[in-house]
Amino acid sequence: MTKSELIQRLADRNPHLYLRDVEKIVDTIFGEITEALANGDRVELRGFGAFSVKKRDARTGRNPRTGESVYVEAKRLPFFKTGKALRERLNDEEALQQSSAGLRDESYY
Amino acid sequence: MSNQTVTRADLAEAVYEQVGLSRNESADLVEAVLDEMSDTLAQGEYVKISSFGSFSVRQKGERIGRNPKTGVEVPILPRKVLVFKASHVLKDAINGNS
Repeated sequence: MTKSELIQRLADRNPHLYLRDVEKIVDTIFGEITEALANGDRVELRGFGAFSVKKRDARTGRNPRTGESVYVEAKRLPFFKTGKALRERLNDEEALQQSSAGLRDESYY
Repeated sequence: MSNQTVTRADLAEAVYEQVGLSRNESADLVEAVLDEMSDTLAQGEYVKISSFGSFSVRQKGERIGRNPKTGVEVPILPRKVLVFKASHVLKDAINGNS
């Protein structure tokens, strides 16, 4: 599904809204998330997931083809962690939980 | 770096200010966007938002895990995981180049 398909599906489900308003809603949401991350903020959408920014220090990398050393500047990278509810929806979580129950010890957390 | 956390309520407020719908409806639409994306991903389909990034579902094979406390080996069943790949536009915005 692309952004325009997302907009179309939302418009189909909300016939009282103009398509341009649905477009504006979708753009506002992703624009707001982008702006928050650019400010170094975290975006937490319970059940869906959380966006955060991780810092990477400057390092000396290597061109894997030539072996040449290259300086890589410090940078910030966006990162997404899937929320519990969505992660469970992707899988038949009951079966998975039973098998990996031995991995966790509730008192450990 | 202000280190605050943005939530659904902040997104709904932004929609309220930008689009001019009621606060309630703005909140419902933020939820509708997340639901539509979740439903699509739960069906194994990707979601690609241009100039933001793409979400896709990846199948992971079975592997042997270990309880870090007891050292007991347990099989980790094959599972599906969600991966997010940020677009260059998003990466550039985060690094202050637009």
